[in-house]
Amino acid sequence: MAEAAEVRNDSQFEFITFSAGGQSFCLEITQIREIRRWTPVTALPHTPKDVLGVMNLRGAVIPIFDLAARFGLGATPANERNVVIVAAVGGTTIGLLVESVSEILSVEKSAIQETPDIKSDATKHSILGMISVDESMVRVVNLDAVLDAGKGAS
Amino acid sequence: MSGNSIRDTFFEECEELLEALVEGLALMEESPDDTEVVNAVFRSVHSIKGGAGAFALTRLVNFAHTFETVMDKVRDRELSVDEKLIGLFHRSGDMLNDLVASARDETDLDESAETTLIKELEDYLGPEAVEEEFSFEAMTLDIGGPPPLGLDLPEDLADGERLFRITFRPRKSLYENGHEPLLIFDALAELGQLKSTVDLSDLPEFDAFDPSDSVLSWALELTTAEPETTLHEVFEFVEGLCDLEIAVDADAAPSVLAAPNALPPLQDPEPTAKKPEAAASSKAAEVGKPASSAAAQSKESRGPKPTLRVDLDRVDRLINTVGELIINQAMISQRIEELDLPTVAHLTNELEAYKLLARDIQEGVMAIRAQPVKPLFQRMSRIVREASDATGKKSKLVTVGDSTEVDKTVIERLADPLTHMVRNAVDHGLESPADRAAAGKDATGTIRLSASHRSGSVFIEIADDGAGLNRERILAKAVEKGLVAADAELSEPEIDNLLFLPGFSTAGQVSNLSGRGVGMDVVKNAVQALGGRVSISSTPGKGTTFTIVLPLTLAVMDGFVIAVADQTMVIPIASILETIRPSARDIHIIGTDSEVVSVRGSYVPIVDVAQSLGLADKPERAQTGILLLVSTETNGLTALRVSSIHDQRQVVIKSLESNYTAIPGVSAATILGDGKIALILDPEELIRLGHITGTDLMAQQSRMELRHG
Repeated sequence: MAEAAEVRNDSQFEFITFSAGGQSFCLEITQIREIRRWTPVTALPHTPKDVLGVMNLRGAVIPIFDLAARFGLGATPANERNVVIVAAVGGTTIGLLVESVSEILSVEKSAIQETPDIKSDATKHSILGMISVDESMVRVVNLDAVLDAGKGAS
Repeated sequence: MSGNSIRDTFFEECEELLEALVEGLALMEESPDDTEVVNAVFRSVHSIKGGAGAFALTRLVNFAHTFETVMDKVRDRELSVDEKLIGLFHRSGDMLNDLVASARDETDLDESAETTLIKELEDYLGPEAVEEEFSFEAMTLDIGGPPPLGLDLPEDLADGERLFRITFRPRKSLYENGHEPLLIFDALAELGQLKSTVDLSDLPEFDAFDPSDSVLSWALELTTAEPETTLHEVFEFVEGLCDLEIAVDADAAPSVLAAPNALPPLQDPEPTAKKPEAAASSKAAEVGKPASSAAAQSKESRGPKPTLRVDLDRVDRLINTVGELIINQAMISQRIEELDLPTVAHLTNELEAYKLLARDIQEGVMAIRAQPVKPLFQRMSRIVREASDATGKKSKLVTVGDSTEVDKTVIERLADPLTHMVRNAVDHGLESPADRAAAGKDATGTIRLSASHRSGSVFIEIADDGAGLNRERILAKAVEKGLVAADAELSEPEIDNLLFLPGFSTAGQVSNLSGRGVGMDVVKNAVQALGGRVSISSTPGKGTTFTIVLPLTLAVMDGFVIAVADQTMVIPIASILETIRPSARDIHIIGTDSEVVSVRGSYVPIVDVAQSLGLADKPERAQTGILLLVSTETNGLTALRVSSIHDQRQVVIKSLESNYTAIPGVSAATILGDGKIALILDPEELIRLGHITGTDLMAQQSRMELRHG
């Protein structure tokens, strides 16, 4: 994973944390293009539940995934506060629907822990690592995995 | 000047071809046995030769021809590629590059290196080849002017000056159109030393003199370094209004006839004429100007028309941003309206101006990418003319739908294949004037080029009204070349498709024009690279039609904005034959759930769009909805049921695949005025989806996945 390599090269990292499906996740700030308010999307036929549809981002058609559903945490309930995180993976731009965005997290490289051995390979693949913040734990999302799953499921 | 821009395009293409050549040679070093690579290299050289022929760059043609011939041997596996040969090819590639550069800049090039290379190349042809190659070398002599060594093409002369003898006889219409021969002579005088002699022999008796008639003609002698094309340009405006002959003095230069593809001495007379009263003044007028300054001036004007080659990504980014601007503007307008301001507020005017500006910008930006095929088609008219001259056939080009807009990339990459096809159509498609007359046809053959948008695709057709494909001969040739087994039973379309095999050619002899059989496989590859396909249909005695079908990439399309299960979608208008609001008694049920509608007595199956897209479980049994009658290639007539039709408008096609994957039944997406995305439906795919069951759909999806994975 390119991102993983990056994570281990520099010492200081900034992440944006957000919650989806009741859990706390984060993405490295360099992968995020923007954060938008939720607006209705155009549904796509023949797509799995976690693909909400496509959205117009300044003329580009980008797919929107429900991150919670993608991670098997159930569909994100409709809420005024829901936001779409627009992220770029390689040349592809995607949107992730999450419940809310919390804060910017600045951490040392050493604070990022590797994902421990857990049962589910899928989960292990989609989480790059973990950061502990105060009492809670934030999961670092592997965007590639989100995208791969998106392609595979369609 | 149009002539020059075509020439510039050729040199631009040459650069690309030379790049491909170098790349191909490098690959060849690694895998000398890869026929695809050898073919690619061969094609590059061949294309350069073809183009150079069109511009009478004899020296370039000769060299490329020799180069190509050796290449051909490699392709036919008569020569094996070793280090020495590769080295020679590389040097030949460099020489080709130099020749192109020198032809472009019209500079002189030392010919000793070239001569040596040609000699070396010819050594590879060996004695065995002599027989066959000789005949074609002889042809070069016949039609191609001096053999490789005779490089004294006028343009290459050190002093570069040639003597042109021009006979110019204005017709009455020239004067009637307000042209003035004196001005033409002035223009000629600027090109070099001009000597003009008026021919008064037709001057009638004074009593019989009609002042509005044209009775004078001129013999002009022009010494200039300019190429002949420049001379023709001078006469461009009076073309058809006079009898014109331009000849190069044989002493000063080899005959213009030297190059088979060169502009022949105009048979189509270009123009010129002169008002009687002006005649006297110009009598034997010797108008001279320093030739040097004139030459310098025209050098400048020959420079490429300033164009900007921009990364397409940047253009796309701009297009997207402008699209957003339009939507944003629409939103602002709406918000302001909601404010319910007093009508005196000047805001409304400014807003209106803003709206217009935004539209202007959008139109301008869109124009950058989507371009009409007209310039491309125009280039073909020249190809047709030259191909006819070279083959001694009469033909004319008819273009249809040249305002059809296609993506810039498509235009650029279609130029080469189209040139090949048009040339082939003239060379192989049309019969000789005598044969045509015998068959009861007009002696002048017609090449029809048409472009249209249909079912969300761009159709480009190249049709000739010649004899049609000679399938027997094609099959025999294919057997002879070992492309098919001698006892193979092939259907007619299969035989037709043999034309697309690399190395196939039915031409009895190799000419500078075509007949090496590279044309059709180049066409096929180029079209496939654009994601399209090419097909042939041919009727004996009636002609042959090649159809290129290309997907729309960024083309603008007319579509119906429709509602399907509460969603807004777009369906290409071109695929819709008619819309029907059916009454209950027109709809019949067959089996358990298949519906048909009777349209003027025939029964047409109904496909529910919402259901085939999986947006609704059950088709609306009710008589609600509108039926769109479509005709598809594979399924014939079908009626698509949608909830309603909102609007008809032009939409810009956005790819879904770039950020997501392809979805069955959906060809692309577009952005509507309110910023929402609407999916563009693919009727053909929809109907197919409508016919298969859910489980089949799953299988279909996994196949799609593999394809896009």
